[in-house]
Amino acid sequence: MILENLSQLISDISTQPLFYLFSFVIIASAMCVVSLKNIFHSALFLILTLFAVAGIYILLHAEFLAVVQVLIYVGAVSVLIIFAIMLTSRLASKKIEQSNEQVTLGLFICVLFLLASVGSLTYTAWNTVDLPMIEHNILTIGKLLMTRYVLPFEVVSVVLLAALIGAVVLAREEKA
Amino acid sequence: MLEYAYLIPLYPLLAFVLIIFFTRWKERLSSAIAILLVLLAFVHSVFVLVAMLGRHGAPVELSTPFIDHLIIKLELGMWIDALTAVMLLVVTIVSSCVQIYSLGYMHNDPRWSRYFAYLSLFTFSMLGLVIANNFFMIFIFWELVGLTSYLLIGFWFEKKTASDAGKKAFITTRIGDLGFIVGILILTFYVGTLNYQEIFEKVTSGTLSGGILAAAGIFIFCGAIGKSAQFPLHVWLPDAMEGPTPVSALIHAATMVAAGVYLVARAMTLFAGSATASMVVAVIGLITSFLAASIALTQNDIKRILAYSTVSQLGYMIMALGLYGVDYAHGHHSAGYVAGTFHLMTHAFFKALLFLGAGSVIHAVHTNDINDMGGLSRKMKTTTITFFIASLSIAGIFPLSGFWSKDEIVASTAGHPVFMVVTLLIAFMTAFYMFRLCFLTFTGEPRDKERFEHAHESPKSMTGPLTVLAFLSVFAGWVGLPWLHRGFSSFVYHDQVHHAGPHYILMIISTMVAVSGIGLAYTIYYKKVISADALARRFKVLYKLSFNKWYFDEIYDAIIIRPILGSTRVLWWFDANVVDGLVNLIGWLTVKWADLKMWFDRYIIDGTVNGLGYLCMAGSWMVKFIQSGSVQFYTLVVIGGAIGAVLYRVTEVGFYFYLIGLIIVALLSLLVKMTRPDRVGTEPNIEG
Amino acid sequence: MLQYLALSAILFAIGIFGVLTRRNAVGILMSLELMFNAANINLVVFNRFVGPDNLTGQIFALFVVVVAAAEAVVGLAIVLLLYRNWRGIDIDRINIMKW
Repeated sequence: MILENLSQLISDISTQPLFYLFSFVIIASAMCVVSLKNIFHSALFLILTLFAVAGIYILLHAEFLAVVQVLIYVGAVSVLIIFAIMLTSRLASKKIEQSNEQVTLGLFICVLFLLASVGSLTYTAWNTVDLPMIEHNILTIGKLLMTRYVLPFEVVSVVLLAALIGAVVLAREEKA
Repeated sequence: MLEYAYLIPLYPLLAFVLIIFFTRWKERLSSAIAILLVLLAFVHSVFVLVAMLGRHGAPVELSTPFIDHLIIKLELGMWIDALTAVMLLVVTIVSSCVQIYSLGYMHNDPRWSRYFAYLSLFTFSMLGLVIANNFFMIFIFWELVGLTSYLLIGFWFEKKTASDAGKKAFITTRIGDLGFIVGILILTFYVGTLNYQEIFEKVTSGTLSGGILAAAGIFIFCGAIGKSAQFPLHVWLPDAMEGPTPVSALIHAATMVAAGVYLVARAMTLFAGSATASMVVAVIGLITSFLAASIALTQNDIKRILAYSTVSQLGYMIMALGLYGVDYAHGHHSAGYVAGTFHLMTHAFFKALLFLGAGSVIHAVHTNDINDMGGLSRKMKTTTITFFIASLSIAGIFPLSGFWSKDEIVASTAGHPVFMVVTLLIAFMTAFYMFRLCFLTFTGEPRDKERFEHAHESPKSMTGPLTVLAFLSVFAGWVGLPWLHRGFSSFVYHDQVHHAGPHYILMIISTMVAVSGIGLAYTIYYKKVISADALARRFKVLYKLSFNKWYFDEIYDAIIIRPILGSTRVLWWFDANVVDGLVNLIGWLTVKWADLKMWFDRYIIDGTVNGLGYLCMAGSWMVKFIQSGSVQFYTLVVIGGAIGAVLYRVTEVGFYFYLIGLIIVALLSLLVKMTRPDRVGTEPNIEG
Repeated sequence: MLQYLALSAILFAIGIFGVLTRRNAVGILMSLELMFNAANINLVVFNRFVGPDNLTGQIFALFVVVVAAAEAVVGLAIVLLLYRNWRGIDIDRINIMKW
């Protein structure tokens, strides 16, 4: 119910300032993620980014996805990453170089990628439709998952199981 | 039987092949094979002769094309007529006798199997020569005969004289063969075929005549001169006595030397068409006959006497054939052809007998010198009797076979007085030297006691053939009795039957001549009323001339061999200095040139190749740094490439700018990396 | 709509930059998460503006999230393994594919 209301609220108010806010947070924190020397700080900024992305989802009337984003990314994946960082490096005192020597080249490539994609975005004739978003988002997604997308749903569960087993096998300590 | 007559030469060939390839190490088996197969050939020849008699000598020709070309047609074939049939029989009889005889004579020879193989090959060659139906084939067998004679004359090649004699026979006959092949080429050029009958048709129809025919005839006769040991190429035959005696018998009686006479008889149509050629043949025959007989008078080597006797008798035959040709060309028809071929046959038997008898003597006393013999009749009954029969036959004593054939030859000289006189003179000399030989060998006191003591009669395998041949020497001539209407002359003839009929006066004269010859020999060498030495002193010049064989070998040595040797020395000098110099110069130049090429190869070619290799290595050394192993770099390349592809799709110019920018940035980053201090020190401190 | 897409592109580019330049394997994984999010934003944006009458985009984004989570699990397991075997997770030290 809260989500429904939130959605209603967002559709009522102008989304433009919120979008810029979220965009700024996303871009800024994402840059921090890729450039900070302390990998732990990077992870924290990643969480921030993911939060902001969840906000963008809400702006786009994807409330369920926003919740999933927060639950899985912020809740699970981020914790996992922080766990990994803590397991693999003693980071507290280290200020080591976290970038390799292809920074310049990578930057160049990225800028060009950005240019290319933004260019193609602007030059593409999108056949957009000006329709309101479906009501009862969550209800519909649940129905679709159980009807039309039941097979991908099951396959994804198998993927998760495989990932689970794979992770266990990989990370298991070798018995001496 | 006639259609299979071509098998006759193949029997001894089979024997040769079997012995050489399979039974060489089994001596008894080898000789058994050789003799068995030659006897088979003999039996087959008898059948062929009977069949030919049955068809009155009508010829049979079987032929298969060998090379059929625009200008020349060569074929393999056989031509059987009366002459062929007779020759086949003669050759096989003599060959059989010689091979059986060899069983005793060649006893314990280390190369026994090879000897019989050679004999078989020799027989094969001669039979093939006889049976051939064209000049091409006859030439092949002609050369085969030459080869096998070389092998057999030089059979005891450990003896230098034997191997030299083999070479001499081979080379001397080769000179004649050169003429032969020239004659063949003339025929090829002007007639286009080598088949006897086709050539003879051209001659009888007059297409081939005049100088060309004469030239062809004379050149072909050159072959006969070489093979039949005619003047001036007769020098090889006496030396050929170095071979085993049975081989001499075979060469002299039936095979090699008979080949020349056979060739002349076979090609009689050619000679009959040209009086010139025929005259050359007749004169050569006469000269040879006389020279050889005169030389035989004084020789002391039993086999050499017989050898010169052979040369003399062959000259007889050649002369008879030549005279026939002369008469025929002038439109007469004489007995010469029949006489020549008839004498060829009878001579084969008694000359084989003489040689085998001489072999028997040599076998007993182990010497060739008649001065070391004497009185052998007491030890060797069969040999003596058969030898005397053969001598009487060759001397021309009634009624032995030699009488009839010699009589025919004398008869064929009718119309040529000079020839007739010389012929009778030769007959006289023949009788004399033969009986000189007989008396010195078999009668009187043994002049070498030790040899005489060891002398013994030869084994059965040797006396058996002697007996057979003695029988033939007596009776073989009876097929040509002048009273016979259907005798030899009505079987073997050229063009048309010429029945000479008996010439009683000539018979009486020739008998008288022969008897007087024998009588003189008897007086000198048996009764010793006249001293031979005294005679020799009296006619010293003549004696020397005869004893030294008219100095033929010396003359040849002086006018041919020495100049050749001298010129070879000059040529050697030329060769050693000029030609070798040139060759060495060329070699030196070649080496230098090769050095140059080696240098080029080593530095330019190899340099290029190696340079390319180094270039590749250098290039790959640079390129290999792309494979940095850094996954991130790979990712970068992938993304950069994807961007490039997109850019290229959208705007080409932008793509080029992108490329340039990429390079600049890459260089810049490289620069930055170089200027930055090494990062090794900044590695995180990781616990070991 | 373009602004959302531009945001997505920027986020993706930053992700690429991270992937290309991070030395730390975990850093690379984090950058990958950024890229996943950029893609997800795209899906959702297109869902909103191109096909708002169905929810295909959102469901796909959902699947992406799940797969990304699986990826993160496996990837981090690999990182742990890497750390155990190499005593470090510096990607540029792991160059056994080098010439």
